[in-house]
Amino acid sequence: MSGRGGDADGLFDRAPDDRVQVLNEAGELVGDVPDLTDAELVDCYRWMRLARHFDERAVNLQRQGRMGTYPPLAGQEASQVGSAAALDDDDWVLPSYREHAAVHVHGLDLADILLYWMGHGAGGWGAEANVFPAAVPIATQIPHATGMALASKLRGDDAVAVAYFGDGATSEGDFHEGLNVAGVFDVPAVFVCNNNGWAISVPRERQTASPTLAGKAAAYGIDGVQVDGMDPLATYAVTRAAVEKARDPDGRPRPTLIEAVQYRFGAHTTADDPSVYRDEAEVEAWRKRDPIPRLERFLRETGRLDDGRIADIEDEVRATVTAAIERAETTARPDPASIFDDVYAERRGELDRQRAALNRLRERHGEDGFLRD
Amino acid sequence: MTTDTQNLTLVQAVRDGLETEMHRDEDVIVLGEDVGKNGGVFRATEGLYEAFGEDRVIDTPLAESGIVGTSIGMAAYGLRPVPEIQFMGFIYPAFDQIVSHAARIRSRSRGRFTCPMVVRAPYGGGIRAPEHHSESKEAFFVHEPGLKVVVPSTPADTKGLLASAIRDPDPVIFLEPKLIYRAFREDVPEGDHTVPLGEAAVRREGSDVSVFTWGAMTRPTMEAAETLASEGVECEVVDLRTLSPLDREAIVESFEKTGRAAVVHEAPKTGGLGGEITAILQEEALLYQEAPVERITGFDTPVPLYALEDYYLPSPTRIEEGLREVVDFP
Ligand SMILES: Cc1ncc(C[n+]2csc(CCOP(=O)(O)OP(=O)(O)O)c2C)c(N)n1
Repeated sequence: MSGRGGDADGLFDRAPDDRVQVLNEAGELVGDVPDLTDAELVDCYRWMRLARHFDERAVNLQRQGRMGTYPPLAGQEASQVGSAAALDDDDWVLPSYREHAAVHVHGLDLADILLYWMGHGAGGWGAEANVFPAAVPIATQIPHATGMALASKLRGDDAVAVAYFGDGATSEGDFHEGLNVAGVFDVPAVFVCNNNGWAISVPRERQTASPTLAGKAAAYGIDGVQVDGMDPLATYAVTRAAVEKARDPDGRPRPTLIEAVQYRFGAHTTADDPSVYRDEAEVEAWRKRDPIPRLERFLRETGRLDDGRIADIEDEVRATVTAAIERAETTARPDPASIFDDVYAERRGELDRQRAALNRLRERHGEDGFLRD
Repeated sequence: MTTDTQNLTLVQAVRDGLETEMHRDEDVIVLGEDVGKNGGVFRATEGLYEAFGEDRVIDTPLAESGIVGTSIGMAAYGLRPVPEIQFMGFIYPAFDQIVSHAARIRSRSRGRFTCPMVVRAPYGGGIRAPEHHSESKEAFFVHEPGLKVVVPSTPADTKGLLASAIRDPDPVIFLEPKLIYRAFREDVPEGDHTVPLGEAAVRREGSDVSVFTWGAMTRPTMEAAETLASEGVECEVVDLRTLSPLDREAIVESFEKTGRAAVVHEAPKTGGLGGEITAILQEEALLYQEAPVERITGFDTPVPLYALEDYYLPSPTRIEEGLREVVDFP
């Protein structure tokens, strides 16, 4: 999508705790609607609905034993969709493990995302989209984004590198080193912190004594801005402005740290039980800020959506997710010998001997010689 | 004197060991990501926060270098920190602190400062975990002078070795085989219970071949040994329990009896401990050797995502095959 947000309205000229908002919790307009066509606005809605439904189905697949551990995103659709919608195809996304919506909006196939969580080595990345493999070790993608952005700048390209990470990630050394290097070299990068309040059981207040995460940007000499992460129009506007600043045609690209304040309704992963440490009342309070009804109300009231169109979107979303699951589940199990591929550019010597030994054992014993239960 | 016992899983034994040592010594402090209110993502610290309070069971920010570096400072000051790294695959941000500092504080300060701390980390594959959650990189730490490395394989050993590690005057990397955290129970002595560091345990006596293993691989190795026993081949299974220092005497003694050896580990083969054990046998018992030492290991690849991880880990079948090679030689 290529709307223009513009940063003339002082988006980066505000206190770190002065949160940008376009739609309030009730879905009423309290800021400037970003420069998006009606179709693009409805796309944002459709993508959020898709993300929500995908997430529900994925959690169920895990419960049914059809998928491994899965990290849900419900509640975080606005930040992922709004920010990713603000990127151009040539920009790079460096996601954490929870950014299924952002990477899909940026071009990654839903079935590829599912395959990754189904334990297939072929999943998690796409040959076409400018998406880096998901970072499971926390914060490690942040300096990578700085490096990609620096490379883009050295090459004289237009591409911006966008790293996504959680609030917990801001405690790791990689966060600080990545942002520091980015500031020193003025690289075209955008750092999107999806602050969902929790890093597994550790609340945001336990990660840092800083009053805001956006405020940390000051230490690295870059802009930091806090945005309502459950407001898709605000996250779009802020990201679009940050991307334009990164791509600055006047020759001085500047990186930005965006703190998108939001909440994850579900568990950290399907292996986690938040009732041990999290108050259900807190979840209920945040449900009132659910980004989907918010945008829906705005689009209805401005005549961009009606019952009929919403029902169509509902049908479309269901069909899309069902088809993706079907594609993922009918993808052939990867060849066991493929674990030796792509370790090096060439496979030879000891690695080739080990591969041959595995194949000999498989011929002799069949797959039962390996598989547990 | 009879000792009362509790029937515990391995992860419950970790918890029991921590609790016992925390009662015994108020300098023992547990810290890490999610170890407090949440009781640890594997429940290894369950109830400790309630029992000992937030000054002794500390939920830290998400920062491994911070957790271990802070622990080094606490240890130098006289406390006994037991930091948890949530999964071994996430220990690398702390690697610099562990190898550059924890391991060397004693020698750098000629004994003035020491670092009595135990870095606990669940390790290994086989539980269908996501990427980076299945690593078994004990060799990195065994290679570092100044560290001790411990890998228990039974609940009773877990409690006893953990207690010894906590009481040890030097830094210990304590790797917990999460594949068998809940696989079985065993009677574990209540209260004070130690198992000395640096001593291997013979899990099964045999005269035909010595098999050296540790941690999660002990069970598939025992399974393979039983299968071979039904064919008349007697394997001696030696669980090393402590990888640094290695129990050279136990390794050599078993080999002198059998003249044939295999090493089973799930870490990659190249640069893994199998090579070190083979070298010990060369140095100390060459004249007893009747067959090449077989290394039955993980492959020299990253641990694959879970659809293929069963092919990566040594299975009982693979272990049997490897042992037959040794026994049938020449
Ligand atoms: C280096 C590292 N340490 C620990 C972990 C285990 N772990 C996985 S997710 C997580 C919490 C992450 O919280 P946050 O960064 O806020 O992102 P969120 O999951 O809330 O989106 C932890 C501790 C890890 N993956 N990597």
